[in-house]
Amino acid sequence: MSFFQPKQSRAAQKQAVDIQHQPWVEKYRPKTIDDVSAQEHTVAVLRKTLTSTNLPHMLFYGPPGTGKTSTILALARQLFGPDNFRSRVLELNASDERGISIVREKIKNFARQTPRAQAVASDGKTYPCPPYKIIILDEADSMTQDAQAALRRIMELYARITRFCLVCNYVTRIIEPLASRCSKFRFKPLDPASTSARLAQIASAENVPVTPETVDALISTSQGDLRRAITYLQSASRLALASTPPTDITPRDIQEIAGVVPDGVIEDFAVALGIERVHGDGMDVDVDDSGRVKAKGFEGVKRKVKGVIREGYSASQLISQLHDHVVAHPTLTPRQKTRCALAFAEADKALCDGADEELWILEVALRIHRAMNS
Amino acid sequence: MSLWVDKYRPRSLDDLHYHHGLSARLKALAASGDFPHMLFYGPSGAGKKTRIAGTLLELFGKGAEKLKIDQRVFLTPTKRKLDVNIVQSNYHIEITPSEVGNYDRVVIQEILKEIAQTQQVDLNAKQRFKVVVIHEADALTRDAQAALRRTMEKYMSNMRLILCANSTSKLIAPIRSRCLLMRVAAPNAEEMQTVLDYVAKREGFAIPGDTVKLIAEDSEGNLRKAILVLEALKMQNPDLSARDLSIAKPDWETYCHKVADMIVQEQTPARVMEVRAKLYELLSHCIPPTVVLKTIAEKVVEQVDEALKADIMHWAAIYVRALPSVLSLRGAARIEARMRVGNKKIFHLEAWVVKVMSLYKNFFFDIDMDGFDD
Ligand SMILES: Nc1ncnc2c1ncn2[C@@H]1O[C@H](COP(=O)(O)OP(=O)(O)OP(=O)(O)O)[C@@H](O)[C@H]1O
Ligand SMILES: Nc1ncnc2c1ncn2[C@@H]1O[C@H](COP(=O)(O)OP(=O)(O)OP(=O)(O)O)[C@@H](O)[C@H]1O
Ligand SMILES: Nc1ncnc2c1ncn2[C@@H]1O[C@H](COP(=O)(O)OP(=O)(O)OP(=O)(O)O)[C@@H](O)[C@H]1O
Ligand SMILES: [Mg+2]
Ligand SMILES: [Mg+2]
Ligand SMILES: [Mg+2]
Repeated sequence: MSFFQPKQSRAAQKQAVDIQHQPWVEKYRPKTIDDVSAQEHTVAVLRKTLTSTNLPHMLFYGPPGTGKTSTILALARQLFGPDNFRSRVLELNASDERGISIVREKIKNFARQTPRAQAVASDGKTYPCPPYKIIILDEADSMTQDAQAALRRIMELYARITRFCLVCNYVTRIIEPLASRCSKFRFKPLDPASTSARLAQIASAENVPVTPETVDALISTSQGDLRRAITYLQSASRLALASTPPTDITPRDIQEIAGVVPDGVIEDFAVALGIERVHGDGMDVDVDDSGRVKAKGFEGVKRKVKGVIREGYSASQLISQLHDHVVAHPTLTPRQKTRCALAFAEADKALCDGADEELWILEVALRIHRAMNS
Repeated sequence: MSLWVDKYRPRSLDDLHYHHGLSARLKALAASGDFPHMLFYGPSGAGKKTRIAGTLLELFGKGAEKLKIDQRVFLTPTKRKLDVNIVQSNYHIEITPSEVGNYDRVVIQEILKEIAQTQQVDLNAKQRFKVVVIHEADALTRDAQAALRRTMEKYMSNMRLILCANSTSKLIAPIRSRCLLMRVAAPNAEEMQTVLDYVAKREGFAIPGDTVKLIAEDSEGNLRKAILVLEALKMQNPDLSARDLSIAKPDWETYCHKVADMIVQEQTPARVMEVRAKLYELLSHCIPPTVVLKTIAEKVVEQVDEALKADIMHWAAIYVRALPSVLSLRGAARIEARMRVGNKKIFHLEAWVVKVMSLYKNFFFDIDMDGFDD
């Protein structure tokens, strides 16, 4: 090792220590656009830009954990290589100040600098290094309307030397004039097959045994969000290894980590509201003469609600699982299901707006109770 | 002399009296060297903070208990100065967003970036990272939450977050999916009794069995409340026999109950005005409107016919939702909304009162009419 590069070697050393305890989402973040799973269409289009010197302004949108940030970072790295990355790419996300004044100063200043000629790549590879810079505005949906408006002119003025890539979850929060200046790429929630393939790859690289049932639990709890699936897998494997003696990961482990309410709790809650039991026999059920479940009165429902609240489960999680339970229920009438569904929808909205959880679980419970008993 | 809740707060994970499985998992994680971002959630007084402190002790040793309070000045984007008290040890730092108000994003980002840039200087430190504890994380503005997303990924090598919240519903999904979730359920009645008996034993007395039960029931899973009540009762009446024992309610609660009685006793415009005066009184003592509504509703429901109970709670849920949540707004909009809410919340409470009165009246009216029909 030559002493000309002390800085770099120290950095390398630090990296080596880090890598062992790095979160897997970072460790297995796609390094090139070809590593990106599932987003075939986007990748196909972007691959072409690697060989041409042209790149449109872009708008990436889609739900969390589908590869948006990874894709643009990988593309930028492949275009410019590690040495030019700093001078050619400006990444700003929601943690950075991005009010209108920053747009006018920092972004504008960066946008109007003429890109410097390509430096020789220190890692011996050659990079296309096209004659423009990229400004990545990650999590752009959290920028104010004013700040977005200020970008309009900047995007046009410096289009020759600067490309913008806006990344967001909610495309409707990007003002129309900005959206219309960009090519749009939609990132889809990951399909089960891609999720499962990626998880298998990571599990084998980390020597973590996973059963198909565990993978299924990961797929169903993460709902197309690969970041969540990977994080859950890592958390579960940490806990499994940390327990003495080390155990295997079970689907229930995954659910607990994901904050999923156990099926038994949901079922018992439903039964207390007068919904017929579906699986096995639980405790705590009053049956009337004809063998039907006897529904509890107001007091009974209220006590049950206080009980689940004390267990600390999240209200929105509880309501979404209760919804699934009711919708899939074999004997409820369509009319009953519809009445419940309405209650769920209203509660979901109210909780999103920050309404009181206990009152709204009680509200849902009472409405289901009424739907079952009328 | 400190209160019993503090005096007998368990310091280490080993000293905790309940949820032993959870403690074992926390210990194992702390020992593994592979510590994730964490989110502790559960009802108030369930023991979240106690477990977080125990985990920090496990991670860093005694040094984590040596706290100092620093006065820090932060600059808002509008160049206003913000004084914030910050509790920290050499290994961790604690923030409570409600103390920072609408500029929580700025303060938290500044603190996180500062920590991320400074390496652990203490060579004897057991961990390479520092921990940032955010209490009441469900009170973080959306803005602050959005800002955490990339930060949590980027600064993983020398910073870990521990979030503490009553519920996960108010945290955005991308944050939840970056954390290992730790649910802390409220202790059940027996667990509460064990702790109460333990505190009593350390103070050199025994609690009569009935009294323990009474306290455990009254505090509804809130251990802090239970221990505070025990201490207060012991002072008022040293032999603690259950016979002549009554657990004093806080003033505002008694006041709410009085309002409930007023609603049930008489339903006239004049009574509405009287109730309104009382509501004003409660709000001006900074009792949150949601709590006021909930407490009154529960008391009213105790005194009315079964057929009315569900309706009254339904309207409580509806009007609680109308109390606009300030969470989803940011910056100036949020301050403005607060002021608006300040003026309007009384209307919603009052509307609910009128609704309940008319339900109540109609109910008896209908019964009378039915009587005529026969
Ligand atoms: N399509 C994908 N292919 C491979 N890995 C992925 C993909 N999507 C997500 N991941 C994994 O999840 C992690 C997070 O992905 P990324 O940061 O790209 O998500 P995002 O779409 O930007 O999400 P957010 O909207 O929350 O910012 C990556 O580090 C990677 O490990
Ligand atoms: N009437 C038109 N005739 C020819 N080309 C047009 C016309 N309108 C728009 N275009 C094309 O669309 C591009 C954008 O147009 P222009 O910048 O004038 O839009 P604008 O009305 O200013 O939009 P914005 O409100 O988003 O700023 C032009 O460069 C041109 O190629
Ligand atoms: N396992 C335990 N054994 C004995 N006492 C406990 C235990 N856990 C908590 N306590 C007692 O309960 C009190 C409340 O706990 P703590 O402050 O941790 O609750 P919390 O969940 O953080 O509540 P909040 O959400 O209201 O802040 C503590 O002061 C402590 O005395
Ligand atoms: Mg992203
Ligand atoms: Mg124009
Ligand atoms: Mg606490």
